[in-house]
Amino acid sequence: MTDQSATLDGRTIPEGRRKRPFLSPLNQRRWQNFKANRRGYWSLWLFLVLFVLSLFAEFIANDRPILVEYKGQYLTPVFKTYSEEVLFPDDPLALPRIDFTDPYIQDAIHEAGGWMIWPPIRYSYRTVNKEVPTAAPSKPAFMFDSREELCTRYAAGAEDPNCTIGNFNWLGTDDQARDVMARLIYGFRISVLFGLILTGASAVIGVAFGAVQGFFGGWIDLIGQRLIEIWSSMPVLYLLLIIAAILPPGFWILLGIMLLFSWVAFVGIVRAEFLRARNFEYVNAARALGVPNRTIMFRHLLPNAMVATLTFLPFILNGSITTLTSLDFLGFGLPPGSASLGELILQGKNNLQAPWLGFSGFIVISVMLSLLIFIGEATRDAFDPRKTFG
Amino acid sequence: MSTSSPLLSVRDLSVAFTQGGRTTTAVDRISFDIADGETVALVGESGSGKSVSALSVLKLLQYPAASHPSGEIRFRDRDLLSASDAELRRVRGNEIAMIFQEPMTSLNPLHSIEKQIGETLKLHGFEEKTIPGRILELLDQVGIRDAQKRLKAYPHQLSGGQRQRVMIAMALANQPKLLIADEPTTALDVTVQAQILKLLDDLKREQGMSMLFITHDLGIVRRIADRVCVMTDGKIVETGPTEKIFTDPQHDYTKHLLAAEPKGQPILLDEGAETVLTGEAVKVWFPIRKGLMRKTVDNIKAVDGVDVTVRAGQTLGIVGESGSGKTTLGLALTRMISSQGRIRFDGKDIDAFSFEAMRPLRREIQIVFQDPFGSLSPRMSIAEIVGEGLAIHEPGLSRDGRDQRVVEALKEVGLDPETRFRYPHEFSGGQRQRVAIARAMVLKPKFVMLDEPTSALDMSVQAQVVDLLRDLQRKHNLAYLFISHDLKVVRALANEVMVMRNGEVVEQGRSNEIFDAPKTDYTKALMAAAFDIEVAPAGVVSE
Repeated sequence: MTDQSATLDGRTIPEGRRKRPFLSPLNQRRWQNFKANRRGYWSLWLFLVLFVLSLFAEFIANDRPILVEYKGQYLTPVFKTYSEEVLFPDDPLALPRIDFTDPYIQDAIHEAGGWMIWPPIRYSYRTVNKEVPTAAPSKPAFMFDSREELCTRYAAGAEDPNCTIGNFNWLGTDDQARDVMARLIYGFRISVLFGLILTGASAVIGVAFGAVQGFFGGWIDLIGQRLIEIWSSMPVLYLLLIIAAILPPGFWILLGIMLLFSWVAFVGIVRAEFLRARNFEYVNAARALGVPNRTIMFRHLLPNAMVATLTFLPFILNGSITTLTSLDFLGFGLPPGSASLGELILQGKNNLQAPWLGFSGFIVISVMLSLLIFIGEATRDAFDPRKTFG
Repeated sequence: MSTSSPLLSVRDLSVAFTQGGRTTTAVDRISFDIADGETVALVGESGSGKSVSALSVLKLLQYPAASHPSGEIRFRDRDLLSASDAELRRVRGNEIAMIFQEPMTSLNPLHSIEKQIGETLKLHGFEEKTIPGRILELLDQVGIRDAQKRLKAYPHQLSGGQRQRVMIAMALANQPKLLIADEPTTALDVTVQAQILKLLDDLKREQGMSMLFITHDLGIVRRIADRVCVMTDGKIVETGPTEKIFTDPQHDYTKHLLAAEPKGQPILLDEGAETVLTGEAVKVWFPIRKGLMRKTVDNIKAVDGVDVTVRAGQTLGIVGESGSGKTTLGLALTRMISSQGRIRFDGKDIDAFSFEAMRPLRREIQIVFQDPFGSLSPRMSIAEIVGEGLAIHEPGLSRDGRDQRVVEALKEVGLDPETRFRYPHEFSGGQRQRVAIARAMVLKPKFVMLDEPTSALDMSVQAQVVDLLRDLQRKHNLAYLFISHDLKVVRALANEVMVMRNGEVVEQGRSNEIFDAPKTDYTKALMAAAFDIEVAPAGVVSE
């Protein structure tokens, strides 16, 4: 995969002084190739929309209103936990936290002429719905025949002010009466973020390791390769289970444990690229100019290796997400109560009478992984120097 | 020429390539004929469309990216352009055979030559029993000695010339009527080139073949062709008998091509000039290790005890066949690889200097590499490439100051400084080599090693680069170490010459003395092959 391909590009560039464009001609060609893969291109946009939306999950699914007006003061419960003293300054029994889902609080606000703007879904991932229409796990809202049936538990039945679409469990609840839709949104976010951070960190470590090995070669390469062989022959899953059993479960601890092993995937390709490119003539030319090794590695060799690395990234990202999901499924993943897709699948397995659990978890995971794979395919096309689109 | 219809007749042939919605015409309505037993040469510089024309005769281009908007190719009164795939397969290898430029990549590295030649024979309907005999006969014909012992050899065990001979044997397997040779000797040493050309000529005569010969080298054309078609920009601008083209060219481009040989005289030798770099008994040995303990059992003596002196304002040319150690010697002298023996630069013993200690000297010792496509990073603009050394050796220079120096250097090598924000792929080979020279010159060095700086360039561009190098030398009193296998270029630039073979110096002296009166057989053979394309007696040069 040399960049001789750039010479195939017969584009003519207008004469005269021309500052460097935002994308170099080579990258422009790559972007064109990426776009030419329509499936990957649309997957990228769809994924970006879903991901950006999920980043604002607190504004989409939350048990706190986004904005509250009460007696001239504006409250933003999304960002801040308010004490009940804000509403009832003289009440000695005021609780430290306002529960805006409490009808008493809602009445108080409405009586004072105030208003609340709720997110479209009035549940967070850990909110327990106290008014589930049937015993948890409860069916999705669309499977009920009438409003009355959905709102049986509310004080005023279908006439209750809380009997609104935001309070219906669109995709039902899990066995702890938590809203599945909300858990999916948060679960999607945490999975993607976990994958992105893990992939990014593994790439940095793996590329650095592979670069040093490939550039210097000889003994450094030999010892490094043997270390990696030993390291990667460890039974990773058992180690993960053992470490996860000893250390307290948590997002960062899990990330750290998986990082211990995932960086190895990058070393091979980066090392190979560096080994190949370190004898390129332009690298020799840089050496002849007296350019220090570090600069040669960063300026002349890393861009070569980045092509291979970027092609790899989406697939590593997918692998990371899958690993997280399977650990959650096995019960060794994120701490209990976290929004986790793996845990949702586990519930689906344990509650076969509630198929919406398994189905919704399965659909979200498979859509997410498929989108990433399609993007990965398009990325591979984009960086393929031999790929031409007629 | 006979009055009957020609063997191959190409009429109004055009070739177009479509990529990303853009269509470029590579060949524009060319016509030529090849009669029985005739050799026609297609001559042109790179990008002129000569190879594409030859490949389209057998429809070997990448279809459908390539297309033929117009034209007709008649071979023995059959139209090849409209022929079906099955028909074409019968013609390919049977009646029209082809040999390519790079014999290493044209042979499958995983099969012995016996198997590869045998496969060609089998494909074209030879009986199983007769194949071994025919293989030996063919290898004998193409001049492979001890053919019986060579049968089991793999391509990597053969030299470049032998590989090309095997390729020719495969092409001749079915006694084709027409042989298309696409730059068959470009990748070979001059001495081997002479042998291969003689072989092709002999075979053509024996077998009564016709030959379509594609080359950029006018010397070869003169030696081998009956008729010449001169191509440029996809058009044939002049056609005629070889002698007439050479003695009385009509078209401007043909004149330009004929005048393009590197000319001019090197700067006069000045024995008293200040010595810049000397090497005493320089050795580069690569150990061969064997056994469990990796004991050194022998050495490959790439450079074996060479004494060198390069003076300010003078050029020392190092010539020799590939593998003679000339580039290795240059790399050792510039301390790019480790070596033994004393190396003095500017009064300092630098042979023991570390990479760090060498860094301040790097600005005075510069290297220009062979491949202008490989030696420029594709991801850096011209300004960044030329300015890279300045950033290291003159860190105090301001941005504007550096830019100013880059502009000066580009002007000095004859490039428009306004183009400095472009990337290497937007430049032609000659322009890129100018950039590479500017990168060396911007640091104002004392000593420049030029490693085959012209061999990847077209003839007319070679001459320009040689002129440029000579001007720069005169202006800055530069010491050149000029490494080349191309004796014509060396003659135009070097005032001292060193002839190397197998890591040792065969002959050394003033350039005019060596060129006019070579003393050793090896040098004589080299000169004959380079200037007259004459074959040396067996044993003097490599095969």
